Parts: sequence; structure tokens; C-alpha cells
Amino acid sequence: MRLEGWVLIFVFVSLVALIARPMGLYLTAVFEGRKTWLSPVLAPLERGFYRLAGVKEGAEQDWKGYAGALVVFSLVATLALFALMQLQHLLPLNPQGFGPVPANVAMNTAVSFVTNTNWQAYSGETTMSHLTQMAGLTVQNFLSAAVGMAIAVAFARGFARKGTGQIGNFWVDMTRATLYVLLPISILFAVYLIASGVPQTVAGSLPATTLEGVRQDIAIGPIASQEAIKMLGTNGGGFLNANSAHPFENPDAWTNLIQMLSIFAIGAGTTIMFGRMVGDERQGWAILAAMGLLFVVGTGVAYWSETQVGPALAAAGVDPGMGNMEGKEVRFGLSGSALFAAVTTAASCGAVNAMHDSFTALGGLVPLINMLAGEVIVGGVGAGFYGILLFAILTIFIAGLMVGRTPAYLGKKIESREVKLAVLAILASPLAILAGTAIASATEVGRSGVLNGGPHGFSEILYSFASTAGNNGSAFAGITVNTDFYTYMHAAAMLIGRFMVIIPALAIAGSLAAKPIAPASAGTFPTNGPLFIGLLAFVIVVVGALTFLPALAVGPVAEATANTLN
Amino acid sequence: MTTKPISLLEPSILRNAALAAFAKMSPLKLWRNPVMFATELAAIYVLILFARDIATGEQGAVFAGQIAFWLFLTVWFATFAEGIAEGRGKAQAASLRRARSELTARRIIDGKPQPAAAAGDLQLGDLVEIIATEFVPADGEVIEGVATIDESAITGESAPVIREAGGDRSAVTAGTRVLSDRIVVKVTAIQGSTFLDRMIALVEGASRRKTPNEIALGVLLAGLSLIFVLAVATIPAFAAYSGGVVSAVALASLFIALIPTTIGGLLSAIGIAGMDRLVRFNVLATSGRAVEAAGDVDVLLLDKTGTITLGDRQAVAFIPAPGVNERDLADAAQLASLSDETPEGRSIVVLAKERFAMRGRDMGQAKFLPFSAHTRMSGVDADGAVIRKGAVDAIIVHVRARADAVEVSPEVRKAADKVGREGGTPLAVSRDGRVLGIVHLKDVVKGGVKERFAELRRMGIRTVMITGDNPLTAAAIAAEAGVDDFLAEAKPEDKLGLIRKEQAAGRMVAMCGDGTNDAPALAQADVGVAMQTGTPAAREAGNMVDLDSDPTKLIEVVSIGKQLLMTRGSLTTFSVANDVAKYFAIIPALVLTIYPSLQALNVMQLSSPNSAILSAIIFNALVIPALIPLALKGVKWRAAPAGELLARNLAIYGVGGLVAPFIGIKAIDLVVSSIGLA
Repeated sequence: MRLEGWVLIFVFVSLVALIARPMGLYLTAVFEGRKTWLSPVLAPLERGFYRLAGVKEGAEQDWKGYAGALVVFSLVATLALFALMQLQHLLPLNPQGFGPVPANVAMNTAVSFVTNTNWQAYSGETTMSHLTQMAGLTVQNFLSAAVGMAIAVAFARGFARKGTGQIGNFWVDMTRATLYVLLPISILFAVYLIASGVPQTVAGSLPATTLEGVRQDIAIGPIASQEAIKMLGTNGGGFLNANSAHPFENPDAWTNLIQMLSIFAIGAGTTIMFGRMVGDERQGWAILAAMGLLFVVGTGVAYWSETQVGPALAAAGVDPGMGNMEGKEVRFGLSGSALFAAVTTAASCGAVNAMHDSFTALGGLVPLINMLAGEVIVGGVGAGFYGILLFAILTIFIAGLMVGRTPAYLGKKIESREVKLAVLAILASPLAILAGTAIASATEVGRSGVLNGGPHGFSEILYSFASTAGNNGSAFAGITVNTDFYTYMHAAAMLIGRFMVIIPALAIAGSLAAKPIAPASAGTFPTNGPLFIGLLAFVIVVVGALTFLPALAVGPVAEATANTLN
Repeated sequence: MTTKPISLLEPSILRNAALAAFAKMSPLKLWRNPVMFATELAAIYVLILFARDIATGEQGAVFAGQIAFWLFLTVWFATFAEGIAEGRGKAQAASLRRARSELTARRIIDGKPQPAAAAGDLQLGDLVEIIATEFVPADGEVIEGVATIDESAITGESAPVIREAGGDRSAVTAGTRVLSDRIVVKVTAIQGSTFLDRMIALVEGASRRKTPNEIALGVLLAGLSLIFVLAVATIPAFAAYSGGVVSAVALASLFIALIPTTIGGLLSAIGIAGMDRLVRFNVLATSGRAVEAAGDVDVLLLDKTGTITLGDRQAVAFIPAPGVNERDLADAAQLASLSDETPEGRSIVVLAKERFAMRGRDMGQAKFLPFSAHTRMSGVDADGAVIRKGAVDAIIVHVRARADAVEVSPEVRKAADKVGREGGTPLAVSRDGRVLGIVHLKDVVKGGVKERFAELRRMGIRTVMITGDNPLTAAAIAAEAGVDDFLAEAKPEDKLGLIRKEQAAGRMVAMCGDGTNDAPALAQADVGVAMQTGTPAAREAGNMVDLDSDPTKLIEVVSIGKQLLMTRGSLTTFSVANDVAKYFAIIPALVLTIYPSLQALNVMQLSSPNSAILSAIIFNALVIPALIPLALKGVKWRAAPAGELLARNLAIYGVGGLVAPFIGIKAIDLVVSSIGLA
């Protein structure tokens, strides 16, 4: 427990709150098609794209059209990425001369990057050619993030509009997300990273002689350009296997802070954009506040726990004042690592700067809970927003009944269709996580991939399914995931976690957009105040707890209680 | 209703419900309630395990048997709750049926009365004659004559009412009794579809369909249950990872403890009880949907007369002309009103008595002039004086036409205008050629309505007064009554337009009405309450009928609708919040053999794994009957802004739902372990 750690957490949260509003205003302008300061440069480019692709800017889609376009787009992207990895040995920009990526890993990776998960069943520097990294993985980092933002915008339109079935044009939303938001910020961010020492080159490796006089090849490549979007788009797939723990991806404490901020930037801004779109900015702040509440509590627990020394370390004679430094980078320290772990799991990013497997039981439980909560604590770009609104719909449904009215959120009646779809979407993650974990832990082929025995080994399995189903992509590690069994199981979890949420969410948007907006009165439950914020956070925790308590009990909780008993 | 209010816990109702509950446990009937259906399946499953254990001589048999017993009891409690809720309606329906069974009718064919025949043979449009002491054989409209009718069989109100041909009081209802005179009625509904039949179906719950909100809640409960299927079904695999085995009885118990059995078991009882509360308020709703809609109402349209004001204007002040003594004015006004039997006239006499203790006097020689619409005044000629009272213009014209006319002071006109501006009606009084002054007649706002409207406003409901008065008068009364808005000089089509306008803005509108010309508006409104005294057209158009014909009831109807939704929400919250404690009871018990360290989760210090599981299941079962009274009566409700209501209900049912089972399960565990059940 050190003061500077708490200061870092406080400063970080304040900075996110500061970024949220300008980002929200900018996103609103972009998606409402208004002029922004980048329009003079980008608008002609945007129109050029539409002309090339034959997209009519003003032609809107109903939810089925929107979802159809999205599914087709994702399918084509997956196949293209898969083909690129299979053919990389025949293509240029392969300085290390890597062969084709094994089919199961390529399939897993293609699904992983298209679903914005960036689960990596491979080591980047020993598997992927520069072309695959740049034209495949980095491109998908942009596009999968843009898809998430498009869905969030379409979802917000469901609340903002009335009496129409149209929720926007998928192609337009996605183009704008990429062109006006992701690209400009990524370029600036990449330049900053290069200035901080992150490599950006097409060369394959640097030869070096170590202190012991051994010759070593140090992997380099176009890292900065991928690093920027990896954070901003909450992708998390590192160029290098060590991800943001590697000095070439994340050189110092400043880049560490900026990386964390960029993970939250768009997610936080989306809530404010939502508030602006429905005509009451405070509605957006309320959603952000509920996220913030859950985040601060979780992060506090994780940091506190990491400052403690576990029984095994204590027995080994580690100075209790050191805290749990196992698996952490000295340049980030306890707080920089615990905070990063909380941010990356809360936001469905999945970049890591420390070994989550080496966290204390409780410290490792927090990232796990962040993911099990449904990736709604800020969440992935776009995904976190529509994810938390699904919970908001359920919260409003029960709370609305308790004030004696047919529940309505922002004037939209929540009826059986919305409840049905929201329940379906919320079922996605328990289905993928619990069923996946059960199959893996009950079968020999699943158990054989696990490094540790006992409850910790179980946690490793559970974490991997939580990470893939939540489209997070961070690894607890300690589990061999490039086997056929795990690549296919995890791919299935990623697809369920992505599309079983997106499609019902878009259906809800379509259904809401068609409804009239009932004006608020003293009889309607205010959704921009502290009561709603607390209730929403509480519902998220309770639904998560009720769903996963048995699994957590035989995993991290059994481990933690066993530690205390010892 | 026909019988006095039947107590909820009347022994006969409880007895019938207890028996009916067994019939309702048939899976064929239960499958419509997924949560209870799942509970019954689990009970059957545990019963089979119990039989297997008995057969193999396994030592866990006693435990499995107890669990099976409590699971079946859980289902029975739920069906019992529904039975009680239906019980009162059934009893009422039975007495209504008796009223219907022996009706006979005497038709009129070609103007000639026919001999009495069974009412069941009547056709739409038939004419029937009904004379004193006979029962009305079918719903219909009086087309000839006027009669007093005892409607107590339907309304429970013993005072007879008048029904007459033409106008808005022409509807008669099958099963009511003509007390005097003779009427001819045109049949508007044949047996099977009469008001009485509809009432029987409604109170019995036979035509009950799930309401939209109930369906949505059902979906949520089913979804929660699915999540728990996942959570529980995966436990054996998790245990297998560590080489452990989890008992099937314990798993089934955990599943039932987690799924929302409390609300699932009480949901239909809550809905039936809500309708029943309306019936006890003497309001019949044609569907549960209408009751729910009542809870959502944003705008109440209220007719001024009878709802907001007493309906009759009352004299409140004498305003003498310059140079006239107020007592003289009162004296003249009283004289002119002594034989005036209108409420206005009587109120003048009362005011004169109050102000100057004037009594009635012998008027032997006086000659009274009744009010006529033509002259717009009434009066008396007594002791040589010609006294008139009436509309200000009419009196001035009358005075000026006389030889002894005295110039009318402009003050009189000013006073009259002032009265008009304040929402009153000025009445001028003259003696011979001189105008003595003005009597201020006022629309008196009913006592307490202002407070009710303030209450409604706090709930976010806007009240709009509908009146035929001119805007000036309407504004004054609206201000005095504290309504939010008014519609003056309203014609029936204006009402319809107003409703459409509010609905277009996304608001839900409630109104009440009785006349045929109200029918379109009643049909358009989201909640249309027709008066029992109203015309058949109005009764058909609305989705509720108020048997007492009391327009202020709209307010109660709204609160019953709100209470219904609140009860559902609160019990759902309670049910789900209970799960936390149940987890803490059962999870450690479930996996204790695999991970002994999880004893740390046994925060309630339950005595043994079996006792923990059994206690949780017993608690889960007993909480249903414990909450039956609440489900039937509805949660406590008061007018308050939504935020306040939510905070209060969350504190009681959310926090209470978290805490109560910790205490309850612990207490049950103490009993279970001390008498050695597990």
C-alpha cells in the first residue's frame, strides 16, 4: 500500500473523465455526419470511398440489413486473414522467412482478430511475417474496432429515434469510425511511440551480442504502427509475444500511462456520445459513472492485493514491503501493473504488461471478474457500451416495475421483445465460458494443456474462456492453447461472445427505434442520478456473481482460502 | 357486489384452494409456468433418486426423501397461492350465477305483450316489457317509460336508481330488479354476452390472459433460470477437474434454490389479486392489460361536473347595489327562492339563513313564477311587490320595461362581471323597478380534490379538466381546484382530439364518461372508465366499468394499476436477492469434500452440508406462503415521485431480500440440526 499507487489510480481516473467529453462530442459530430475540423481533408476521401464501393451515403438500413452487412463483412474479413496467413511464405515482407501459419492457429487467429478479441495462440515474432502483421492483423485491428463503434452508434440511434425501423448505414458508420477517429489518433499515437523508442521498420531482427558474449537476434519490425491501434481499438494483440511488457512495445512509465488512457478513450467517449444523441448528456455520464464505480472498486482491490506478499513468497524470504513483484516489470512497478491489468480486462483490450498468472489470488481474481462481468466496465470500443446498455435494460425493467409503471428507458418502453433479446445477449457469455470451461476441465484433452494442478489450473482454463468469450484476448497464461482442442474451442467462444451479443443488440436497436418516445415526468424513474448508477453497477455484479460463483468458488476462491488456511 | 366483501383467508376459500392446488400441480397445467414446471421436474428427479437409494439401501435416502418432499411442497404452495387468489372471485361468480339462472322475459311483438318465456330465448333487438317487481331479463336500453331499479345485485348499492328512455341513463342490466313503474327495453346483449356474463367470467378469472408485462417478466424469469441451468449443470465437470463427485440431490437442490421460485410461484396470484382489488372497488376491467395501462397513465381527463365540482352551483354572497342594504337584498332573494326547488334556489335560502338568520315565512297570498328558459328569470309577486331573480341582462330588461324603473347603477354590472371572472354565475335580483344587487352563485369545488390533484402531480400525472363553461369560468375553477390544464367549451369531438394529441406526444391517457357521445373518446383513451349508469354504447367503448358511477375513482384505478406492477417488481427483486444467501449456504456444502478450505464461505456456520442444503430448500419453500398475503394485498403504495418509491422498495425488498434468507436459513438450520433431520 503506497501513496504513489493510489495517486496513479486517481490521476488515471481523472484523466479518463477529462477525455470523455471532448471525445464524446467529436464522436457525435462524426456519426451525425456533421462537419469536423478534419472534414476538409477527409470528407472528399470519404466520398471517394463511397463512390468506389457503390455505397449510398443517405440510404439507411433496418436492423436486419445492418446486421446482415456486418456478418458478411466479418466473414469475408476472416477468410481473407486466414488466406493471408496460409500464404505468407509466398508473399513479400517476410524477412525471417516464416512458413505458413498452422491451419488451426491461423483459423483461431483470424477469428480472434476479426472479433476484436486478439487472443494469440502464437508468438508474433516467431510466426507472423511483417506483411501478415501489417496488412492482416493491423488492418483487422482497425476494422474490428470500427465495427464495434458502428454497432454502438446504431444502438444509440435506437434510443434517439422514434417511429422508424432504420438504424443507420453500416458501411457509412464503419468508414467514418475508421477514417475520422481511429486513423488520425493512431497516427499521432504511433509518432509519439516512435519518439519514445518503439521500433518502426520493415527489418526483421537486430543482431546483438549479450553480456555473456552470446549472439542473439532481437526481433523488431513495424511495431509502433500496430501498437497504437492495438490500444486505441482495445484489440490487445501484441506484435511481440511479451506484449506491452516488452520494452519495444511499451518503453517507459509515460507510454504505459498513455497506453492505458488510449484503451479507455473511445469507450468512455461513446457513453457521452450516447448522452448527446438522446438529448441529455447526463444519461451518458450516468453510464460512465456506473462503469467508473465498478472499475475503481476492482482496481483498488487488485492493487491492494498485489502489495501483499503471498505465503509462498514470504516463506522464500521476500521482503514484505516489496509486494508481489513476481512477473512484473520493474519499470512499471506494482501500481502500473495492477492498474494496467484492471484496465485491459475491464476494457476488453487484452494487452498485458505483466504476468497475470503470477498475480496474487485476489489480484488475479479482479481481472477475471472484470471479464466475467461481461466486458462492460468501459469495455471494448463500442462493445462495452452496448453491453452495459443490455444490463441497463434489465435494470430498468425490474426497477421500472418497482415504481409502478411499465418500465421505460429514455422514454422507450421495455417490453417482452426487448427483455427476450437482452436476456439472449446476456446469456452468450455464460454459455461460452461455463460450457467451454466444463468441457475443457472434464476432458483429458482439455486438462492436458494445463500447466498447474489444483484450483489454479482450473482458474487458467476459466480465464482463457472468459478472455475469449469476452472478446478480451488477454492471457492468464499457464495453458497451452495452440492445440487443436483449444484453438477450436476458443474460436467458438469468441464467435459466440461476439455475434450472439451483436445480433440481439441490433435487433433491440431496431425495435426501440420504431417505438415512440414517452416524455419523462415525475412518475418516470430518473436514469441520470446516483440511484440508477448504483443500481446498474449492483445488477452487473449480482448477475455476474450468480452466474459464475460456482466456477469462481472452485477456482480462485478455493485457491485464496487455501492460501489463508496455510 | 352481491355479497359483502369476502375475507381473503375465509376458511372455505382456503379449503377449496388447498384442494384445487393439487389439481393445478398436474404437469399438463403447470408447464405454462416454466419456473414451477422446472421445480416439479426437479422434485420428480429427486424422488426417483430417493427410490433408487431406498432400493439400493444407500444411506442418503432419508435426505433425498426430505428434499423431494420440500420440492413438491414448493410447487403446492405456488398453486395454493393461485387458488386463494381465485377463490374470492369464484365465490362471487357463484352468487352472480344464481342471479342469472332464473330470469324470464315477456316480449312485445307487434305492440302486444307475450306470455313470459325463458330469457335465454331473447334475440338482439327484441323488445321486452318489465313492470314493478320483475327482473330485467337481458342487458338493454330503455326505449319507453321511466322506472326505479334496484341494481344491488350488480353494484352492491342498495339505493334504487332511476332509468329512463332517452338521455344518458337509459341502460339496464340483466339481473337487476324493477321496483316501480313500467318500462319497455330493447335487448342489446343476449345471454352469454351480457354484462352479467362478462362479470362472471372476469371475477372467476376464466378469461384471464397473461398481460404484456407479465409475459415480459416471465421471459426474464425463464432467462434467469437458463443462466442457472448453465451455472449448475457445469459444476460436475468443474468438480471432475479435481477428481471430485458432486451429489445429484445437492445439485438439484442448488438449481431450485437459485431459480426464482418465489416470484415464479406468486406471479399469477399477483395478477389475479390485482383484478380482484379492482372488483372490490366496484370497478370491472375487461382485461388485465387495462389494469396495467392504468399504472402507466400520464394524463387524466376529468369532467368538471360531478368530479371536480359538486355539480350544482351554490350561492356564496349577496352583493348589494349602491344604496341598498345587504339585508334587503337577501330578503328579496330569499322570498324569490322560497318555492324554487332547484339546488341554486335552495342554496340562496340557506345562505340567507346563515347570514341573517332568515326563516321561511307564510306566503299565503304570494304568486310564484317558475323559471322559464324564455324569460330567463323566476320570481314571486307578494304583498304588492314584484320580485324577480335571474340572468343579469334579463333582469335589467325587465326593470327598464317598468314605469317605476330606477336607473341601474354601473356598479351592479361591474359586480356581475367580477363574479363571472372569478368563475361564478351572477344572478340579479330586483324588486319592482329597482335592481337590488347580485347573488354570487359559485361552482363549489369538492372538498379534498385539490390535495388529490397535488398527489397526482407528485406521481407525475397531469390532470386536465373538461368543461362546457367558457374559458374565463373554466380558468377560475381550474385554478381553484388545482388542475394542471383545462379544456373549455368542450364538445365531444374536442375530447377525442385532445386524447389523440396527448397520445401522439407519447402519453397515456385515462378518462371516464357515461354518454353515448363519450364513446369514441372512451374507446380512444388508453384507460376508459365507463359509468355503470351510462349508455350501453359508452359501456361497450370503455375498457373498465365503474359500478358506483363515481368519476373520482379514476384515481384509485390508477393506484391499483401501479400497485400491481410494483408488487411484481418488488417480489422479483426479493426473489433474486435471496439467491446470494442460498449460494453461501449450498456452494460450500456442495464442494466441501473437494476443497475443505471453502468452509470459509460457510459464513452462516451451518451445522453440516446436508443440513445447509435442506435448510436452504425449506426456506425457499416457506417463503412462498409467507409472502402470499403480500402478493394478494399488494405492496404498500403511496403517491410519491418515482425515485422515492424506488429507493424505498429497494431498501425493503432488495436489501431485505439479501438479509432475510441469511437469518431464515440459519434459523431453520438450527431447528433441522437440533431435531436431527440432517
